[in-house]
Amino acid sequence: MELTGAQALMRSLEMSGVEVMFGLPGGAILPVYDPVLDSPIRHVLVRHEQGAGHMAQGYAHVTGKPGVAMVTSGPAATNIVTPLCDAFMDSIPMVVVTGQVAMSAIGSDAFQECDTTGITMAVTKHNYLVTDAADIPRIVAEAFHIATTGRPGPVLIDLPKDISNEMMTWYWPDGVELPGYRPRSGVDPAAIAEAAALIRTAQRPVIYAGGGLLKARAAEALREFAEMCDIHVVTTLMARGVFPDRHPLCLGMPGMHGNYSAVTAMQQADLLINLGARFDDRVTGNPAHFAPGAKVIHVDIDPAEHGKVRVPDVAIVGDARLAVEALIAALRPADGSDTTAATADRSAWKSTISGWQEQYPLQYDQPSSGHPLKPQYVVEQLRDNTPDDTIVVAGVGQHQMWASQYWKFDYPYTWVNSGGLGTMGFAVPAAIGAKVGQPDRTVWAVDGDGCFQMTAQELISASAENIPVKVAILNNAYLGMVRQWQELFYAERYSEVYLSADHPDYVGWAEAMGCAGIRVESAEEVVPAITKANSIDDRPVVIDFRVDTEEKVYPMVPAGGSNDDIILGPEGDADAVLKGSAPS
Amino acid sequence: MSGAQGDGAVVSHAQEPDLHIFAAIVENKFGVLARVAGLFSRRGFNIFSLAVAPTDDPAYSRITIVVDVHNTDVTQIAKQLDKLINVINISELHPSDSVERELMLARVGAVDLAAVVDVISEYGGEVLDHTDDEAIVSVSAHPDRLDRCERQLRPFGLHVLQRTGRIALRALDASEPAVGMAS
Repeated sequence: MELTGAQALMRSLEMSGVEVMFGLPGGAILPVYDPVLDSPIRHVLVRHEQGAGHMAQGYAHVTGKPGVAMVTSGPAATNIVTPLCDAFMDSIPMVVVTGQVAMSAIGSDAFQECDTTGITMAVTKHNYLVTDAADIPRIVAEAFHIATTGRPGPVLIDLPKDISNEMMTWYWPDGVELPGYRPRSGVDPAAIAEAAALIRTAQRPVIYAGGGLLKARAAEALREFAEMCDIHVVTTLMARGVFPDRHPLCLGMPGMHGNYSAVTAMQQADLLINLGARFDDRVTGNPAHFAPGAKVIHVDIDPAEHGKVRVPDVAIVGDARLAVEALIAALRPADGSDTTAATADRSAWKSTISGWQEQYPLQYDQPSSGHPLKPQYVVEQLRDNTPDDTIVVAGVGQHQMWASQYWKFDYPYTWVNSGGLGTMGFAVPAAIGAKVGQPDRTVWAVDGDGCFQMTAQELISASAENIPVKVAILNNAYLGMVRQWQELFYAERYSEVYLSADHPDYVGWAEAMGCAGIRVESAEEVVPAITKANSIDDRPVVIDFRVDTEEKVYPMVPAGGSNDDIILGPEGDADAVLKGSAPS
Repeated sequence: MSGAQGDGAVVSHAQEPDLHIFAAIVENKFGVLARVAGLFSRRGFNIFSLAVAPTDDPAYSRITIVVDVHNTDVTQIAKQLDKLINVINISELHPSDSVERELMLARVGAVDLAAVVDVISEYGGEVLDHTDDEAIVSVSAHPDRLDRCERQLRPFGLHVLQRTGRIALRALDASEPAVGMAS
């Protein structure tokens, strides 16, 4: 069968199991958009190419399947660099196809030419410039293999226009042959045995659960492991939901804005069992002062993570689920007796932790007058007035931290956010992609006013394509996180952070984009507004929650400081500058 | 190639460099050198020298990279390199276990050609071209010996100097590679 390169590309995407793609056409990708009309793959038309990338990410987050985006050359390719980098940082499987000028024009500064493979080399797991239409099926098969195996990540395929028009004889490869790519999944039994020995003798162990557990579909194995060994679990920003927040062993989120008990349990642990996390600076603070007395077991499918930040005592390379299952097998007594009987006495540690939990819960104060409306109150009411399996999607900033802190995540794959790159504007498009991937679930974006303004136009895509996401804007009229840093570390000199609560008119803007718009100004209006939003299913909904401008995120560990210097609330503000500096 | 790292190179050169040699077999494909160089740049690894050419099988190239590992964990370099899809394998070559060579071409003042010949013949070098007052010489030797040769040629007037960067192979009686990845 003779096909054009464009037809071969669409056919290859179909063969790779793609059901939906997000994109926007243009000159160099035009040939491929013709067979899009004949393909069973659903195409969601975006309003800006960055939206296509984040939608693909949101889709991948909630389905576990690779997200697919397709855009044209030049400015479209540069617009999707941010999602590529975001997916690279957070290990999200994604395949992006970009159009490119014809082979004969490459290097001539042709219209809408840019060196897409050159630009994206540093933000993709791998990328391809297609130079022969006959290579298309092989390259697509390789791209999906690379994106979804080992440590997942984004792969880009740059397709010149003349290659799209070139004829090729169709084939589909039996497999892929990549001699330089052999991700390891199975784990080394000797390392497992060493880890098991450390776990048995630890008196103050903590499980440091990271996003790799979600990638490995390891939530059940983690729960069995934690319960069997009776060890507390912290869930990083990328791992929220992998272990139920309501579980008695759950300590919640660690890090710069983590719970006191999660942060301090890690600090004082004698053993950290890192499962698929990477000692991110937002978790460790100053690494020289992080968990100084802890031995470290580090499970990661990417061997380069071992020793990158913290040198582990036991390094386990491999899939997190296989590693956890192997640990369970190694630690389960052959006679069926209680595992904890064979381990060190941890009763003192457990009572210390429950003391912290009692003494230092997350706290805020919603005045009974209803004013000012506290953002944490909004998150709690959203949590309590939506289905338990609601998918929550956040942007980046204060609202993201409040959402992560105050939501109770009881299921995996219910939390979508931009962790590593910290991409403002992530929430709206990612929520749309999540809703496309899980159309039967309620999807709420919890967004900031600054974030919302960066990508709100994708709500037009959602209205047009009938993708009824819901957006809660925690509108504090400021770039709130930056304002918080300026208040604490720059003597309240507020530089370029005021946005205005009224401009834009979020309700009017929402309605202009085909959404329902609701404004909420006091605490008593919160639940009725959420109830109304939940009842609307024929279009997106945006609620403009006018929240307290001055509310800050606590706890907080100033950058460069030790996690021992955690500030619990406003009473610690004066010490902030003594303990560290504004985060970078 | 020491300029690849910008400021990093300046910092390292202020101290005594701690050079390690890596040998990588890579797929001989478009852009592979850019991937390797880009990785070193974005991870803050400082390339001291780099030599690339196809192997006996033209589908693959062998890259010899000499890295100044100040402030860098050597195994991180190998592990990060190994993550590149086009890198087939990577190993570290310890100087004591390796044979190393580098080629130098130099245009030197040669009013006294015999004196120049005296110097380079000690290193097995040869004169490739000469006029009344200038010569182009070629010397192939261990890079440390080339350094010495270069110093001895300097008094004659070293007008142009081109060195290739070192290449290295594991010695025949050497033990297995210290950092063997994705074999």
